[in-house]
Amino acid sequence: MKPFTYERAKTPAEAAAIVAGRPGAKFIAGGTNLLDLMKLEIETPTHLVDVQDLKLDRIEATREGGLRIGANVTNTALASDDRVRRDYAVLTKAIVAGASGQLRNKASTAGNILQRTRCPYFYDPNQPCNKRKPGSGCAAIGGYSRQLAVIGSSDACIATFPGDMAVALRVLDATVETVNPQGGTRSISMADFHRLPGNTPQFDNTLQRGELLTSVTLPKPIGGQHFYNKVRDRASYAYALVSVAAVIQPDGTGRVAVGGVAHKPWRVEAAEAAMPQGSRAVATRLMAGAKPTADNAFKVPLVERTLGAVMHDAGMKRTAA
Amino acid sequence: MSGSNEMEISRRGLLVGSAATAALTTVSVADSQAAPLQPQPATMKVTMKVNGQRRSLDVDTRTTLLDALREHLKLTGSKKGCDHGQCGACTVMVGGTRINSCLSLAVMHEGDEITTIEGLGTPEKLHPMQAAFVKHDGYQCGYCTPGQICSAVAVLGEIKAGVPSHAMADVTARPQATNDEMRERMSGNICRCGAYSNILEAMTEVAGVDA
Ligand SMILES: Cc1cc2nc3c(=O)[nH]c(=O)nc-3n(C[C@H](O)[C@H](O)[C@H](O)COP(=O)(O)OP(=O)(O)OC[C@H]3O[C@@H](n4cnc5c(N)ncnc54)[C@H](O)[C@@H]3O)c2cc1C
Ligand code: SF4
Repeated sequence: MKPFTYERAKTPAEAAAIVAGRPGAKFIAGGTNLLDLMKLEIETPTHLVDVQDLKLDRIEATREGGLRIGANVTNTALASDDRVRRDYAVLTKAIVAGASGQLRNKASTAGNILQRTRCPYFYDPNQPCNKRKPGSGCAAIGGYSRQLAVIGSSDACIATFPGDMAVALRVLDATVETVNPQGGTRSISMADFHRLPGNTPQFDNTLQRGELLTSVTLPKPIGGQHFYNKVRDRASYAYALVSVAAVIQPDGTGRVAVGGVAHKPWRVEAAEAAMPQGSRAVATRLMAGAKPTADNAFKVPLVERTLGAVMHDAGMKRTAA
Repeated sequence: MSGSNEMEISRRGLLVGSAATAALTTVSVADSQAAPLQPQPATMKVTMKVNGQRRSLDVDTRTTLLDALREHLKLTGSKKGCDHGQCGACTVMVGGTRINSCLSLAVMHEGDEITTIEGLGTPEKLHPMQAAFVKHDGYQCGYCTPGQICSAVAVLGEIKAGVPSHAMADVTARPQATNDEMRERMSGNICRCGAYSNILEAMTEVAGVDA
């Protein structure tokens, strides 16, 4: 690890101002992603601003009937909240499908959304990688790409956003609230939060330098059956090859977002109109324009089949009810 | 832990400490420039309650909680396996909650209560989970065992507290200490020797349920 100095900020605006004002400064929450990358010197912050004292660790009801989740609420606390389990089960299911019990105890809501890609070449400093070192090239293109993106990728980067929780947040139409170094706030929809790589894969999302994530807001519950089906190489404790987050209503309509296929949680609202026609109709629209590699071409049919399994389960439960 | 050892550490801490003071000036100069310059190594004081005892340390900011426990406090029960949060050998409890001590900085734990395998029980007075691991042969080489035991104790606590898991079909239900539940919840602790089924038997005995 490269040397760095460390401090704990007292207020969100102060934290944002420190990071904005010091080149090389970064926030640290649970540390489970940042420290991993710092040990490999993929991240080399010169100053760490710890956000644990910012009092962003509560889950509160909003006036609109939803929930506001503090940026520092742990994955375990969020998944365990009775309101989340009852009204937003897709979120609990996505969280507990990710990482391990120990990691979820430390991982924060903000840190989880902001976790970086698991592209093996991003993790290997000896390889060219436009995300790690802009302009150096992309070793994954033409390399081993089984885990990587099949849609929305570019000639500069084919990495995926690897997380699970954000896929559920996308299907729930969550918004992310931030405070900037001047103390101003803004709200960003999950749809616009993560970005596609284009020519600037070094930027995972639309946050500005020093902008601090303060909370994530869920709109009021939408009912329906909630699913998070994660397909991976072992039964537990592995990243998704493909994951499907879905909320399906009694009349067969619903919402779907997919993880493991793109640089952001992948959702195409127009595809959801085809829900009553079945998984193939939805998946064809959802994955239209996919450009897989030979290594990961299997992900395209896997999206359809995983969605098919979810819709089948939903149908079975409807008939049983 | 021997007294001379403590002396060694504090003397070293002092030396590093003066280097850090020099580093501060470098940092402020660097700040006025565009490209961030890496500062010199910096030390900080951190006080934690480890296994019931108050311990104050001067650590390089880069020191992980795991290295603080092992290298500074000589509590070598917690193990360094992968050092990247993948194997679980470094699992300890902070404020009663299990975490990977390799992915946490010591300086982030000011005032925290840490329990390591040394704090769970002693050779003379084993914690019930330690005794059950011995009885059921919950290990072969033993390297992952401290992490497995800390995790196992915490897992039974998490099930009692109603924390949901991937093994639950209905996440609104209360979890039970079934085989499937315990297996899923222990997935962050890897055992190279494959003692998993014996670990499960040990946990089952402590949980007080039928195997
Ligand atoms: C072995 C292993 C397996 C894993 N498996 C999975 C998995 O299957 N699924 C999954 O989804 N995840 C998985 N993870 C990733 C894990 O979920 C993340 O490491 C965790 O969520 C990060 O949260 P944190 O609080 O520790 O973030 P940190 O490491 O503290 O921070 C991550 C990033 O967020 C920034 N940040 C933190 N807080 C804020 C804030 N308030 N505002 C602005 N920026 C902020 C930091 O500067 C940093 O860049 C795994 C991790 C490991 C080590
Ligand atoms: S896919 Fe993206 S992250 Fe992976 S090597 Fe290429 S540029 Fe880097």
